[in-house]
Amino acid sequence: MTRYTNSSQPATTFSLDGEEVPFTPGDTVLQAAHRVGRYIPHLCWHPGMHPHGSCRLCSIKVNGRPAAACTALASAGLQVENQTPAMQAQRKALLQMLFVEGNHFCPSCERSGNCLLQATASHHEMEGPHFEEFYPARPVDASHPDVLLDHNRCILCGLCVRASQAQDGKDVFAIAGHGIEAHLVVNSPSGKLGDSALSVDDSAAQICPVGALLPKRRGFETPIGERRYDRHSVADAHTQEATAQGHEEDPT
Amino acid sequence: MTMAPPSAPASVRQAVERTLARHGAVPHRLVQMLRELQAELGWLPRDVLAQLAHALQRSQADVEGVASFYRFFHTQPVGEYRLLFSDNITDRMLGNQALLERLCLRLHVRPGQTRHDGRVSVTTTSCTGLGDQGPALLVNHHQVVTRLDEARVDEIARLIEARVPATEWPAEWQQVADNIRRPGPLLGESLAPGSALASAVARGPRLTLEEVEASGLRGRGGAGFSTGLKWALCRDAPGEQHIVVCNADEGEPGTFKDRVLLTRHADLVFEGMTVAAWAIGARQGFLYLRGEYRYLLESLEAVLARRREQRLLGANILGQAGFDFDIEIHLGAGAYVCGEESALIESLEGQRGTPRIRPPFPVEHGYLGHPTTVNNVETFCAAAHILAKGGAWWAAMGTRKSSGSKIHSISGDCTRPGLYEYPFGTPVAQMLEDCGASDTQAVQVGGPSGTTLSAMEFGRRIAFEDVPTAGALMVFNRSRDMFEVARNFAHFFAHESCGFCTPCRVGTELVVRQLDKLAAGRGSRMDVEQLQQLDVLMHATTHCGLGAAACNPLRDTIAKFRPAYERRLTSLHFVPGFDLDAELADARILTGRTDTHAHLPQTDDPAWHP
Ligand SMILES: Cc1cc2nc3c(=O)[nH]c(=O)nc-3n(C[C@H](O)[C@H](O)[C@H](O)COP(=O)(O)O)c2cc1C
Ligand code: SF4
Ligand code: SF4
Ligand code: FES
Repeated sequence: MTRYTNSSQPATTFSLDGEEVPFTPGDTVLQAAHRVGRYIPHLCWHPGMHPHGSCRLCSIKVNGRPAAACTALASAGLQVENQTPAMQAQRKALLQMLFVEGNHFCPSCERSGNCLLQATASHHEMEGPHFEEFYPARPVDASHPDVLLDHNRCILCGLCVRASQAQDGKDVFAIAGHGIEAHLVVNSPSGKLGDSALSVDDSAAQICPVGALLPKRRGFETPIGERRYDRHSVADAHTQEATAQGHEEDPT
Repeated sequence: MTMAPPSAPASVRQAVERTLARHGAVPHRLVQMLRELQAELGWLPRDVLAQLAHALQRSQADVEGVASFYRFFHTQPVGEYRLLFSDNITDRMLGNQALLERLCLRLHVRPGQTRHDGRVSVTTTSCTGLGDQGPALLVNHHQVVTRLDEARVDEIARLIEARVPATEWPAEWQQVADNIRRPGPLLGESLAPGSALASAVARGPRLTLEEVEASGLRGRGGAGFSTGLKWALCRDAPGEQHIVVCNADEGEPGTFKDRVLLTRHADLVFEGMTVAAWAIGARQGFLYLRGEYRYLLESLEAVLARRREQRLLGANILGQAGFDFDIEIHLGAGAYVCGEESALIESLEGQRGTPRIRPPFPVEHGYLGHPTTVNNVETFCAAAHILAKGGAWWAAMGTRKSSGSKIHSISGDCTRPGLYEYPFGTPVAQMLEDCGASDTQAVQVGGPSGTTLSAMEFGRRIAFEDVPTAGALMVFNRSRDMFEVARNFAHFFAHESCGFCTPCRVGTELVVRQLDKLAAGRGSRMDVEQLQQLDVLMHATTHCGLGAAACNPLRDTIAKFRPAYERRLTSLHFVPGFDLDAELADARILTGRTDTHAHLPQTDDPAWHP
């Protein structure tokens, strides 16, 4: 495919809510939209990482059929519905599902204001959980000197798993279990983060979109009110990824 | 050489070494290694996982992730005897719950727990594929016991207390009947081994493929994709190697046709796979056999061995230079989602059975990246017949868009449960009459992922253009509660969700909680509306077909059997799922109070508003 196209030169375009978005062959809809600063909600996707397709926040309609923007390949002339009331309502319900599945007590969370889940929920005007909460009893792993792992807030986006493998070359994390019991596990003889190869400088330690993996002893370094999503909307171009080491590149 | 943590006893370390050696320490054979080790050790201790991880150069967390994915693997000690009652709705209708309770009582063990002496654990599992002869039981993930009754249950308890190995239990308990009630071309007389293949070789690969295309054969695994087209796409996909996979995962509750084909017509299944290999140029094939059918393994291996001797497998098949193909059997370990073709491939590669992102499709990028065709057991049988008798012969049966004949596994409220083969286009009413169903309220076509039909619809026809099916037909008479049917299916999907994507992982659990709330008499109209919203959401947003189909029975039963739901609503408005008074039970026990003031009335209790 790339033999015939100069990959820095957009080949052609597709329509996103009626506006033309240029893409390069091999792009997914989300990659192409993100490049030009068009917001498609996402939690498990990050520029430069392989797509996962697990959170389903990026659910869109492509030519009238449901798809995930992070895995759907862009092609010329596609009609993509993204910010329609129906799609937004769906996403709100997915966010509510994530909130009731775990324990997200935002006011007491250090990630508050910097949390992609929280910011996405407020962007979708999610005012309450709607479903009855599960209140699971999940452990907190505080064994690592520099990083805290709180399973109560993990949304199983797999970003730390992929970052540790692809960017850090360490394989510190994996997903275990199944169904509602699925959970993150740590690669170490004891299963504890403190016995793993994770360093606080690793991509995997920084990429978590929620407050599940947090650097220790940096509490409230940036005061509430001045944090990323206090100052920018999650829908602003590249807000989320701007500070992470993610550089736009073709993951395939 | 591998190192084991010092805590593992030498005998365990040696067992791991032997298993590794048997599989050439190939990392993607992990699921098979785990299975064999568990059969030997009873469960999978952490040390064992660490030793495997080390030898396979995979991380321990990765291996742990795989081991904890499959329902039949145990990372905690379990009973020496592990008894799993099949818990499909048809097993329930045959009284499995009372039998399970009776057995637990006899053995002094609680359901789901291992007895204090480590002797036995008793719990449930999804449908074991014996719906025509249930209630059924699986022992140690190996032996089956069919047609359970009180006498059998009592005798089982006695044998366990006497520590008689399950292999020595009465042979008649383990008999699995084929129950072929209405044979057709597929279930009837078999072909002589090699005859379809001889005809394929005579035609050459290109014309073999054309014959399958001309037959109009559509896949029998549910989706109904054109088999000829799938093979052509696979053949044309670039790759050094091409792979043929037979999907014998048969996990859809109420389906048991593939079990019978593998029992009676294994030669034909393997022959169909070999025909496919010839058509697409594959050298390697896999039969992915669900763990519940473990008891078929030895007989299937024997058929493979015989076919190798007959030069129907191996190098230069039928003397044709360069026609090399062999088949390996992979056993599953209790995960319905592994029937989804890309999850199946992940499992073949020794991974968690999480469905892959598509595209690329398996025909382009399947097992270890090779173009792979995955087809159902029945599809391969049909392909063999088509090669022997011609595509036109097959196309002459059935309807315009659904050619040929189809096997149905019929169970539930009928006098003659078993297998029925009909040409496509047969009305449901005729099938009900043939199986001896009377006073029928509803049928579930295609298993829980399929369609619920009410009596008004029995004139409809089974075909991709009307009511499609993966092969199950469960019959419910008027004494059955369709709400309980939907609730059983909801529990099935929640139990079988892989947990990868948000809408399925959380959605199936929400559905279960909501239905349990209705069952407990705490539901309101709002709960029913929320269920309908969940159906729409999950249908549109899940990663794979499991989550998308999980609400089908719910949607159909709410639409067609609404009174079954209405009966359970206590209010039109919201009713909380928890019981305030029940929450105080612990406090009452601690304070020793039983007086009325220690109780809290519910808000809808008249006593609350004096
Ligand atoms: C959750 C799920 C479970 C499935 N289980 C099976 C199964 O047990 N057997 C099967 O043949 N196909 C099953 N399928 C369909 C397969 O993905 C695939 O379409 C089929 O094996 C293709 O074979 P065919 O073309 O011969 O129909 C399942 C699909 C899904 C989504
Ligand atoms: S810890 Fe964070 S990054 Fe890792 S899976 Fe959980 S939510 Fe995602
Ligand atoms: S729909 Fe369910 S089974 Fe399918 S990928 Fe999602 S979580 Fe897994
Ligand atoms: S961003 Fe696409 S599924 Fe998560």
